[in-house]
Amino acid sequence: MSTLTDTAPTRSGVLSNSAPNPRPFRLVRHSLALAKRSLIKTWRTPEALIDVTLQPVLFLIIFVYVFGGAVAGSTHDYLQFLLPGILAQTIATGAIAIGVNLNTDIAKGIFDRFRSLPIPRSAPLVGAVLGDVVRYVIVTVSTLAIGYVMGFRIDTDPFRAIAGCLLAVLFALCLSWLPVLVSMKVRTAGAVQGVMFALIMPLSFASNVFVGADTLPGWMQAFVDVNPMTHLVASVRGLFLGTPLGNHVWWTLAWCAGFVAVFMPLALRAYRKKI
Amino acid sequence: MTADLVIEAEGLVKTFGKTRALQGVDLAVPRGTVLGVLGPNGAGKTTAVRILSTLLTPDGGTARISGFDVVRDAERVRQSIGLTGQYASVDEDLTGRQNLELFGTLLDLGRAGARRRAAELLDWFDLTDAANRPAKTYSGGMRRRLDLAASLVGSPDVIFLDEPTTGLDPAKREDMWDVVRTLVNNGSTVLLTTQYLEEADALADAITVIDHGRVIAHDTPEGLKRVVGGQTLEVRPSDPAQLPRTAEILTQVGSGAQADEIRKGVLAVPVTDDAALTESVARFATAGIAVTELSLHLPSLDEVFFTLTGRTASEDDTTRPTEVAA
Repeated sequence: MSTLTDTAPTRSGVLSNSAPNPRPFRLVRHSLALAKRSLIKTWRTPEALIDVTLQPVLFLIIFVYVFGGAVAGSTHDYLQFLLPGILAQTIATGAIAIGVNLNTDIAKGIFDRFRSLPIPRSAPLVGAVLGDVVRYVIVTVSTLAIGYVMGFRIDTDPFRAIAGCLLAVLFALCLSWLPVLVSMKVRTAGAVQGVMFALIMPLSFASNVFVGADTLPGWMQAFVDVNPMTHLVASVRGLFLGTPLGNHVWWTLAWCAGFVAVFMPLALRAYRKKI
Repeated sequence: MTADLVIEAEGLVKTFGKTRALQGVDLAVPRGTVLGVLGPNGAGKTTAVRILSTLLTPDGGTARISGFDVVRDAERVRQSIGLTGQYASVDEDLTGRQNLELFGTLLDLGRAGARRRAAELLDWFDLTDAANRPAKTYSGGMRRRLDLAASLVGSPDVIFLDEPTTGLDPAKREDMWDVVRTLVNNGSTVLLTTQYLEEADALADAITVIDHGRVIAHDTPEGLKRVVGGQTLEVRPSDPAQLPRTAEILTQVGSGAQADEIRKGVLAVPVTDDAALTESVARFATAGIAVTELSLHLPSLDEVFFTLTGRTASEDDTTRPTEVAA
């Protein structure tokens, strides 16, 4: 600071009052700039990815080797059946992190800085949601990689396999508006985690993730049949293994649209109210 | 006159539950000047700044920045302001450079423009060496500089500094003061909140004192000091036996009042100018009086407040603010 003189940066006049922002697509541009911020944060704190990378490993090992023989007669058959389900479960759990992160972020004060800038109010939120896509891709790749090492093989073709992965990522992206909404409503990051686990756990266990739905009692089957997780898992299974797809992809996309249509406006409203 | 007011607030009211944070605050800052808003914790300073910077909506009253209403034209207001305070911070996981470039992008400087502006500010704030380290590794002083730099990315006309030096050591505080002076020299208008009369006196063209959400005084620093008392010279002779002799000398160099013992072994006298310090040193030397403490200071915030709010005119039997605070 000793070098401080009057040679301070001259006023560039980039932002004069008479010229309200003329450049188009502001929400998109600003959201992307803020998504990059989330990305840098993910990159800088790789330990934050441990939960989502370790979870599929543990679940696959425990379920395949402990229950595989009993449930499916062979561990390899069960691995083929289970992996798409574990992918769906992990990616849905991975979506919780955004709620936790947002809650901490807002408590720290950078959102006040964002709000004092001439950017769309929702840009920081949209940016954070978009930035998490990278996390979902990492989850997908690491789950498939560990599955591959354990002996999982894709029975269809690369295009359908990629379509399955993209569907899972899209599902997480749309679902993430729910944890965002929860993070605006509860006070602490821990509470976000608690509420979200209570919501995600029934979705992933009362589904076709671990076992086929036909052995379940009727009332539970009714729930399993509408559970968005069931549709996602059936879609990914179909795209990875060639099992019948039915209307599952359409149902999954409908659920995705539903998540965005319901939770995004609620989350944005709660966000405007909160800060 | 009113045409050139960059910050204007009339009758601002804000209530949080039962707490009446602001109860009708008026503020006015002409272009290119510094207004010091002086007040203790909880006086409503931060609430006022948050309203003026569009983070909060007032319950009553109006405020305009460069003629734009902070509620109706919030978007236009945001284009011309920079905000620095404990709450408007930076991203700790990002480096100093990434933070500044992010704000540049958000302010539509373009990729190259954002990069250039970030480099300029890092250089100006002596952060170039630390530019590629995450902000969470910065020291307190560096963090404040980065916070301030972040609020200057868009070259704002109007800068809000909410307690910019609270918690900084005196040397760092002086650095921050230099920055503020440079900003004003470059034509910015600054609203600065502070708990220190010294800081407001050093930087501000006018001072507004607020307490419990109300303006209790508005004056130039000189005017305010005339009311609350100017500087006080405090001396502690090393030998307590020398107290009477010391008091005699102090009374002679002071502005007319009798020197008093304000704490055990410490004498104080109001003085009008800085020369009193050197003069007293010379006289103590001549008289052979050794002193262990010798300081010149403005009344503390407590003293200012006591003078402005705590006493009626009839009790006002002395101009010595230090005494009434004791």
